[in-house]
Amino acid sequence: MAETKVSAAEREPESAPEREERPPRSFRETLRAAEIDARLVGLLGALAIIWIVFHIITPNHTFLTPRNLWNLSVQTAVVAIMATGMVLIIVTRNIDLSVGAVMAAVGMAMAVVQHDWLPEWIGFDHPLTWVIAIAVGLALGAAIGAFQGSIVAYVGVPSFIVTLGGFLVWRGVAWWMASGQTIAPMDTLFRKLGGGSTGTVGGTWSWILAVGACVGIVLLQFTRRRQRGRYGFRLRPMWAEIAIAVIVCGALLVLVGFLNRYYLPPALAAQAGKAGQNISLGLAYPVLIAIGVGIVMTFIATRRRFGRFVYGIGGNPEAAELAGIKTKRTIVKTFTLMGLLVGLAAAVQIARLNAAVSSLGTGMELNVIAAAVIGGTSLSGGIGTIVGALLGALVMQSLVSGMVLMGVEAPLQDIVVGIVLVFAVALDTIVRRRAAR
Amino acid sequence: MIDRSGPPLVELRNIRVAFGGVHAVDDVTVDLYPGEVVGLVGGNGAGKTTLIRTLSGAHPADSGQILIGGEPCTISHPRDAKALGVETIYQTLALADNIDAPGNVFLGRELTTRFGNLDDSAMEDATRKLMGRLNPKFQNFVVPVASLSGGQRQSVAIARAVHFNARILIMDEPTAALGPAETRQVGDLIRQLRQEGLGIFLISHDIHDVFDLSDRISVMLQGKLVGTVNKTDVTTDEVLAMIILGKLPGEVTQKDLAELH
Repeated sequence: MAETKVSAAEREPESAPEREERPPRSFRETLRAAEIDARLVGLLGALAIIWIVFHIITPNHTFLTPRNLWNLSVQTAVVAIMATGMVLIIVTRNIDLSVGAVMAAVGMAMAVVQHDWLPEWIGFDHPLTWVIAIAVGLALGAAIGAFQGSIVAYVGVPSFIVTLGGFLVWRGVAWWMASGQTIAPMDTLFRKLGGGSTGTVGGTWSWILAVGACVGIVLLQFTRRRQRGRYGFRLRPMWAEIAIAVIVCGALLVLVGFLNRYYLPPALAAQAGKAGQNISLGLAYPVLIAIGVGIVMTFIATRRRFGRFVYGIGGNPEAAELAGIKTKRTIVKTFTLMGLLVGLAAAVQIARLNAAVSSLGTGMELNVIAAAVIGGTSLSGGIGTIVGALLGALVMQSLVSGMVLMGVEAPLQDIVVGIVLVFAVALDTIVRRRAAR
Repeated sequence: MIDRSGPPLVELRNIRVAFGGVHAVDDVTVDLYPGEVVGLVGGNGAGKTTLIRTLSGAHPADSGQILIGGEPCTISHPRDAKALGVETIYQTLALADNIDAPGNVFLGRELTTRFGNLDDSAMEDATRKLMGRLNPKFQNFVVPVASLSGGQRQSVAIARAVHFNARILIMDEPTAALGPAETRQVGDLIRQLRQEGLGIFLISHDIHDVFDLSDRISVMLQGKLVGTVNKTDVTTDEVLAMIILGKLPGEVTQKDLAELH
């Protein structure tokens, strides 16, 4: 083994292809040299174009305002949370059509718990009410996911059918839980989960979190470099490393600074005893939850064995089985995780609405799937990233938000979003086919 | 040279596998000693792959016994086979196309850090060392294996089989996708592994490959074992007669041999 190590080290210089020695010529080459996912850059580019075009064509140029972007961030959160789970489902060549209906059932259950049950047992507006309600929601969501996943994995019913059944069943269950009535209001602390004027961390904490995130990004780059350096592998060029850190951290800080210019309405500021002052709302809790979910899910998908199994199954189910992976158990886990995230999204949604209705999340399964797919997840399995899905959700919501600002009627909004979905996937397919050639 | 005093490394005894009434493998018995290469030959649909899949755990036998080192054992899943030191290079290679070479080599047996996270650097390092031995030209360690050539993909599949200190190696058509130079490399590797004391089942269409590398040759025809012969005792024509006519060397007439040509 010692001699093979030496020979590997000797081979290193001549193995590096010539194009990496000279400075990259085209944009594409720059991306490749910097080891940046071109698809991700494409998505960010599309997002930038959508934002700028809407800013120009909306009356009074209201798109790129702190107020609108802040609202956009909150509106995106619910779909974004679920889209991260949908990526793993779709990567294993499955689908979950039941997330909207499960959201309704779980949302209803959380509402019943905090509105009808807990006040009787521990009193009205108890400080633990929100914790218990969320725990119930997460547990219920995970249980439903595990149940549906088990039918898919162990009985062998296609996930399309199982979750199509779930789509009908859980909507019905949501209706039965309160005989179709609306349950409102929610617990005061629980409501913070939905954002709104009280559900934010404030300007100062937004800055602290943003700076903390920047430090985290640089630390992550540093650890990765050190680890690869220890084995003598080729490192990402230093210029790329620095450029990435500057661009990502810069964008993050600019965005947070911009959002922090969305202030508490004057009337509410006066109520808080700070009349005439500009009080930043800061990042909303749903947005922080979505970002947190994105980070955790990215970690699970790329750094844990479970994530590797998921991609292995998606790439070649038979190979995964022959490699000794417990494929059935892995499938059940992806559905359980999906259910858990639906529970979390349901909590945010009923907190935002300050009410639960049995029509909660109607049609949302399609938004979630569309977000994952626009974000580059392939329905034929094996391919898809969490970050892509988050950006996909943001792209979809940006389109809707821009059209609302322009006063476009709802049916036309659907038409546009539908066309964009097909167009995005068509473009992706063509690019991928060309890359394969 | 091959020590046959102890129990065989592997013994497949009276194995039967049926697919909906068709006997794909019908009462076949073969064995394998340490440091030995047994070639398994036969035409298309002779049942070679099906027989060997019972040993690799990909498809359990309907009846029969598997003995490893003289001990009867149950292999109902690929995990069981791997735990017993049986590694398989499948004809389809069984690679996840969307994952890179180190990811495929360690698929299902990933190296982790002490926090249980994937240790990609360690896996890449091990794969680089392994490839330095198997295929020094191989340099694509960070791209999905879908974008590799047939020979490179084969190297990944072989690397996966030999990395985990197998005692028994099953190679199903290991050179089918390879050019002449790469085929020679695989041949060298088989000789080297045999020297190290592994037992190897080699499945191949190519009778010359088999003659080159095997110590004994087992021939199958229509799910049944025609017979097992020592390579040194037979000619290629006699083996061809076994494959095509199902006749053992002693039973073959001059007329039969003439018909083969």
